[in-house]
Amino acid sequence: MSSTFAGVLFIGSLIIVLGLTHRPLGDYMYRVYTSAKHNVVERFIYRLLGVQPDSEQRWSVYARSVLAFSLISVLFLYGLQRLQDKLFLSLGMAPVTDHTAWNTAISFVTNTNWQSYSGESTMGHLVQMSGLAVQNFVSAAVGMAIAIALVRGFARSKTEGLGNFWVDLVRGSIRILLPIAFVGAIVLVAGGLIQNFAGAHELTTLTGSPQAITGGPVASQEVIKELGNNGGGFYNTNSAHPFENATTWTNWFQIFLIFLIPFALPRTFGRMVGQVKQGYAILAVMVTLAVVSVVLLNVFELAGNATVPQAVGAAMEGKDVRFGVSNSATFAAATTLTSTGAVNSFHDSFTPLGGMMTMFNMMLGEVAPGGAGAGLYGMLVLAVITVFIAGLMVGRTPEYLGKKIGAREMKLASMYFLVTPTLVLLGTALAMGSPVQRASMLNSGPHGLSEVLYAFTSASNNNGSAFGGITVNTTWWDVATGLAMVFGRFLPIIFVLALAGSLVKQAPVPASAGTLPTHRPQFVGMVVGVTIIVVALTFLPALALGPLAEGIH
Amino acid sequence: MSTPVLEAPGRTPATEKKIGGGLLDPKQLVRSLPDAFKKLNPATLWHNPVMLIVEAGALFTTVLAIVDPSFFAWATVIWLWLTVVFANLAEAVAEGRGKAQAATLRAAKRDTNARRLKGWKPGADASQWDTVGAPELRQGDFVVVEAGEIIPGDGDVVEGIASVDESAITGESAPVIRESGGDRSAVTGGTKVLSDQIVVQITQKPGESFIDRMIALVEGANRQKTPNEIALNILLAALTIIFLITTATMQPLAIFSKANNPGIPDSLALTGDGVTGIVLVSLLVCLIPTTIGALLSAIGIAGMDRLVQRNVLAMSGRAVEAAGDVSTLLLDKTGTITLGNRQASEFVPVQGVTAEQLATTAQLASLADETPEGRSIVVYAKQAYGLREREPGELAHAEWVNFTAQTRMSGVNLDGRQVRKGAATAVMRWVRENGGHPTDDVGATVDAISGSGGTPLVVGEIADGTARVLGVIHLKDVVKQGMRERFDEMRRMGIRTVMITGDNPLTARAIADEAGVDDFLAEATPEDKLALIKKEQEGGRLVAMTGDGTNDAPALAQADVGVAMNTGTSAAKEAGNMVDLDSNPTKLIEIVEIGKQLLITRGALTTFSIANDIAKYFAIIPAMFAAVYPGLDALNIMRLASPQSAILSAVIFNALVIIALIPLALRGVRYRPSSASKLLSRNLYVYGLGGIIVPFVGIKIIDLLIQFLPGMS
Repeated sequence: MSSTFAGVLFIGSLIIVLGLTHRPLGDYMYRVYTSAKHNVVERFIYRLLGVQPDSEQRWSVYARSVLAFSLISVLFLYGLQRLQDKLFLSLGMAPVTDHTAWNTAISFVTNTNWQSYSGESTMGHLVQMSGLAVQNFVSAAVGMAIAIALVRGFARSKTEGLGNFWVDLVRGSIRILLPIAFVGAIVLVAGGLIQNFAGAHELTTLTGSPQAITGGPVASQEVIKELGNNGGGFYNTNSAHPFENATTWTNWFQIFLIFLIPFALPRTFGRMVGQVKQGYAILAVMVTLAVVSVVLLNVFELAGNATVPQAVGAAMEGKDVRFGVSNSATFAAATTLTSTGAVNSFHDSFTPLGGMMTMFNMMLGEVAPGGAGAGLYGMLVLAVITVFIAGLMVGRTPEYLGKKIGAREMKLASMYFLVTPTLVLLGTALAMGSPVQRASMLNSGPHGLSEVLYAFTSASNNNGSAFGGITVNTTWWDVATGLAMVFGRFLPIIFVLALAGSLVKQAPVPASAGTLPTHRPQFVGMVVGVTIIVVALTFLPALALGPLAEGIH
Repeated sequence: MSTPVLEAPGRTPATEKKIGGGLLDPKQLVRSLPDAFKKLNPATLWHNPVMLIVEAGALFTTVLAIVDPSFFAWATVIWLWLTVVFANLAEAVAEGRGKAQAATLRAAKRDTNARRLKGWKPGADASQWDTVGAPELRQGDFVVVEAGEIIPGDGDVVEGIASVDESAITGESAPVIRESGGDRSAVTGGTKVLSDQIVVQITQKPGESFIDRMIALVEGANRQKTPNEIALNILLAALTIIFLITTATMQPLAIFSKANNPGIPDSLALTGDGVTGIVLVSLLVCLIPTTIGALLSAIGIAGMDRLVQRNVLAMSGRAVEAAGDVSTLLLDKTGTITLGNRQASEFVPVQGVTAEQLATTAQLASLADETPEGRSIVVYAKQAYGLREREPGELAHAEWVNFTAQTRMSGVNLDGRQVRKGAATAVMRWVRENGGHPTDDVGATVDAISGSGGTPLVVGEIADGTARVLGVIHLKDVVKQGMRERFDEMRRMGIRTVMITGDNPLTARAIADEAGVDDFLAEATPEDKLALIKKEQEGGRLVAMTGDGTNDAPALAQADVGVAMNTGTSAAKEAGNMVDLDSNPTKLIEIVEIGKQLLITRGALTTFSIANDIAKYFAIIPAMFAAVYPGLDALNIMRLASPQSAILSAVIFNALVIIALIPLALRGVRYRPSSASKLLSRNLYVYGLGGIIVPFVGIKIIDLLIQFLPGMS
């Protein structure tokens, strides 16, 4: 089997299976978020938290709840890391340093899972399981809750209530993430991943030197790492480690988990707004961008257009022989198209243009299909901006799903859109402008620049993957990327909720022949075009001095 | 009903669909230049953040060029300044057209003296007055105006009737009748009484006359940004911020890249200190949406102006924008949909009578009937049967019987023969009283005509002692030509048309079906109208309507677009947000189209502006960085001659495109009523795809021309 054919088979089977799960999972999530009933466990949790599950929250209350929950999570996670040596199951690990603990706490709460530490040699089992793994669930559930709140903004009219954050959070975790994770973990164990509480085993390697191999509850961590688009690995080498990603089959299954929820959410959206067609349109935008990206990344990597790959016959540097070029490229696309950031190969070693694609995927705002929830709300904001320009061109005040896009909506959508490019470019400029931070770079020239650009792109977009090549566990990098993650997560969330709050008050405008249809290929093409062009225009100078300078000869 | 009989819209839907706005005279550009330079004042430019940034950049590069002069630097500086000047020019030209109209209006606003009545009560003799200047008049004052005098202020006629020359404001030279009471009582200050004497009660506050407001409107003096303009400005501001960040953060990256390639000599674009200031500003100016930023306010002003050219005054830009969003049009039947009067459309003879016989008799009976219905019978007889129109005087011994409310019929007694036409019951009773027996088919025909919404008039005669019915004249409302096509067009645009009429539901339905409106409101009272508007608005629809009477005022105020007829009452004009000086209710349709065109022009130029950036990047990025990374020269797909000429070409293109698009901004983009989908496709191809391709061609051509200038290689 040629590697191209293997790649096509790999990608094709993924598309088919995701196509099959889109509808039932989307419908299931629709029922989860619209059902009036609370189950026993949920009622217990609400009583514990003192929450009135049937009370509606306006956008500001919803946003405050999100921020309060996230703040408490950060403090808890920070404390857990700093005190891990005083607690049990620490495997004798020292307390995590202050800046690393801050960075890690932020990183897991913001669904980024940027890791400036090496997992198996820094965090004990307690931190991994009760700290990081819990955040892997709830940070994804937060993202989904925000998306659902925005969808309610479109679906409801003349009211203020966007739902109840605590209910959305709990249901997302218990009814959606937990059951899928449970089944997924079993599949992964069956596929060869480990699941135990073992500490480090001392082994003697072939070269005779000793090596410590740490065991742990890997499969259960792994499944939510992918399913919740988290990406924080149990091991430093993440999904390239054989205990985290054993075979081509588990590799396939992990990509499937990465895409599972983000690709099903448009269906939930379509059901909630009562127009399934609108959901398909959003899905079509996501699929178009994703397919183009996956194909391009595969082409760039298989062509191996760089000096070393040309010499050895394939771009295998930084890729695991278990997976090969295509499966690594597809995984890299999947992890950056979503906010996952798990890696099974080293993006730093990709061909310059292949590496650029992973960056470009994130620069799109991770909307194709994006992180759990975050992808949908990001895409809907892009649709709003597209509708504004397109709507003017049909001679009406622009409207999307019957809601008018006026000055306030545009202000919020624009501010949403400004956040991440500002963080990425500002962070990169600061790092490149400071001689001290430039010293953290292990590479010089355009490749070094790409590494810095990648780091801030990943942190600001809450991806969490790293190009590598920079010593990031310094105080400056921990603080800078930490700030990028906080602002990159919560500012957009506030703007999205405010947007939802503004939309939900409006009375819907009935559609007519004069209304811009937003379910046709025409509109899908326009959203794709606006997304690519605006992102390209924003980042082209930076990309030109990084990957393009390196990749075009 | 005071709405005058109006001609059907002169344009047929198939031919002239384009809404034009007059051509741009090149002289206008030159005339507006001084204004354009005045607008360079940052305090004035403050309202346009995009151009303010360009001006700041131009100022900064001027300093740089003075410190380190070169041909390239000065050429760029000049073109950056020109960019701002061109933007100001667009606005100045748009305003200039309004100024010309305002000047004409000011001429009408001569200071006149008024004869203010002292202690006058309605009915009293208007003989006691003192002469005061028009500005001294207060609301509630009574003034007397005679033939040859100028009416000193806006008001209502409270006594008398006069013909008034309103050409000063409407441009229409035919005089109009203004009389006390009713819906034709409003007079406008500055218009001239041609005959008779009227007493006018002043309704305006000093300095707030209709003409004052018109002047302010056409001059755009207190022009406020409309909601949609504000939203678009926010998007443009966001894009500007993004590109500011993009260019500003590029600098450390550029310094790093330069430092990493030691041995490469400094160029005009890139030195050890990064990208030079002039090039950085050039890139910024090329990227931020200057095209739409420059033309945005001109588009708004021109939109209002297009309405003014059609003799419609919008009291706010908001109303014009709302017109584009309208989804329900309420149209008065009379004058808008139908010609206004019932007209003969068919002669139905009874058995044994030929149509010609009936036509001759009907014509004879109607000769002395000066009502529009009577005239229409004569006209129809001539058109359909070739009967020569006879003057009543031609017939000797004719004894004319005029219509009275009691007899409800009219006719003539001629040489022993009596001829009558009139209401069916009246004529049939007259025939029976004279011993005749109307046949059954008369009743059937009468019922059929009534059933179809028409009005039957029965024609009878007594000849040789025998009374009989000859047949029935079918009178009906004649729908104006081309209305069905207009309404079909509206439907394609997603606009629902509702006909408002005082007729009974049966008649209303018949006319509604014939005209092709979507719905009708029969036996409509002002309250019904208001309720209908509220109901439509409840459902999220925007409603437009026309009205003239005082009882239309609440509905006009409630409607999103309320067009008051200039012939109407002051109350109606006060309540609406537009006034049609021609008092042509059909114009509502054009108003909607102008509103749409305004929004489309904004969207199209925004798309064009953003799409332009792609080509500019392909020009400037290789110009900046190909020296350090030769591979980037592959991006120079236009094969521009040198970095300097590439950057300068992009800047020049960016400035020239503003001038090139001024006519489009003033005229508005071509608008054809069609579905949203088709409109979008067309505009995407023209302004989206065109916006990507045009600058590639334009920049290349400029580069071919300027590459031979000194300092370009």
